[in-house]
Amino acid sequence: MAMTIHVDVVSAEESIFSGLAEFVVLPGEAGELGILPGHMPLMTRIKPGAVRVKLQDGKEELIFVAGGILEVQPGLVTVLADTAIRGKDLDEAKAIEAKKKAEEAMSSRESAMDYARAQAELLEAVAQLAAIQKLRKQTH
Amino acid sequence: MPSGKEIRTKIASFQNTKKITKAMEMVAASKMRKAQDRMRAARPYSEKIRRLAANLSAATLSDYRHPFLAKSQPSQDAAAVKGKRVGLILVTTDKGLCGGLNTNILRLVLNAMREWESAGAAQIRVTAIGNKGLGFMQRLGAKVVSEATHLGDTPHLEKLIGPVKIMIDAVHNGELDVVYIAYTRFINTMKQEPVVEQLLPLTGERLGTPEGHWDYLYEPEARVVIDELLVRYVEALIYQAVAENMASEQSARMVAMKSATDNAGNVIKELQLVYNKARQASITKEISEIVGGAAAIAG
Repeated sequence: MAMTIHVDVVSAEESIFSGLAEFVVLPGEAGELGILPGHMPLMTRIKPGAVRVKLQDGKEELIFVAGGILEVQPGLVTVLADTAIRGKDLDEAKAIEAKKKAEEAMSSRESAMDYARAQAELLEAVAQLAAIQKLRKQTH
Repeated sequence: MPSGKEIRTKIASFQNTKKITKAMEMVAASKMRKAQDRMRAARPYSEKIRRLAANLSAATLSDYRHPFLAKSQPSQDAAAVKGKRVGLILVTTDKGLCGGLNTNILRLVLNAMREWESAGAAQIRVTAIGNKGLGFMQRLGAKVVSEATHLGDTPHLEKLIGPVKIMIDAVHNGELDVVYIAYTRFINTMKQEPVVEQLLPLTGERLGTPEGHWDYLYEPEARVVIDELLVRYVEALIYQAVAENMASEQSARMVAMKSATDNAGNVIKELQLVYNKARQASITKEISEIVGGAAAIAG
């Protein structure tokens, strides 16, 4: 039997995947990461994209994540997935929006926020497309 | 004595009220189940991120002390806030008709704020999540720095990020010393408990003991990853509080509507009795008048 690692993919709103895997591929911040059993302890941010989990029976599980944090311990991989696309600009924009609402003052700062949101949406769409293409390749 | 017709209209109106409260009760019951499921669904994430944060807080980063991690054990008494700048995240519901849920939490918060003020807190800033708390804080004249309302029935982290960031940033920049969160904890369907808890700096009690010590490789850099992780941890805690508050809201609403339905039923019963008596009395009166009239003619 091949070596396996326990993989958990969870988001703040639900648990997405939990099980044993032989190999995991993730979109790390510095590039694609491939994690095999016995990987060094690692902690990194991940980008929006597809998490590919190779299961024991040879099947693959494809999970789309909107970014998050990855933790690797020997024999354990934890993906803390974000439920929303995050970005410094976007978070900032949300904070500004909340503040603005509290102050009940209308101002013209919306344009910056819209730009950041559009950018994030674009990023998400691209990542989703990539995931779909991978899925297609798999089924053919 | 009210006339028969008046009582009949009263009864009809109570029956309508009863129908409405009954419907609201059933809606709340089904929403409650979903809200409880969501509350439970959020647990794996907060459990995992808590474990991670605990591991990190134990990892000795000699030169880096994060502002979110407590320097000393916090004390529960109000005197500890003397001269400090306090942040408060107040979680309430958007809608009413849920019994004493909001009243209880607001009363608790008001007492806490009074205590902080009399203990000499330098400043109190409030983030209001939910309409009821926002309205209350505005009436009170508190300094509301951000708000999130109209969350709907499903709590979405996305809507909380912005308002919460203002608080988190304030702690990061050293503008606030301590942040509390007030929400209604869900114990079971019949019981919900309003609580005011310390959120930041993170207490050792919340984090628990680390399970092991790992020398992580950090990518890109330890500080960046730890910063993000702790921000997410705090957000997860707040999300959990909001999810619990929603489960509490639906349970409280269900119970409140159930008792309203029961009360309407009782009122209808009583009115029916009064109506029957009035009807009986008027019949008796008519008969005695007829008998009296007949006797007068015969006499």
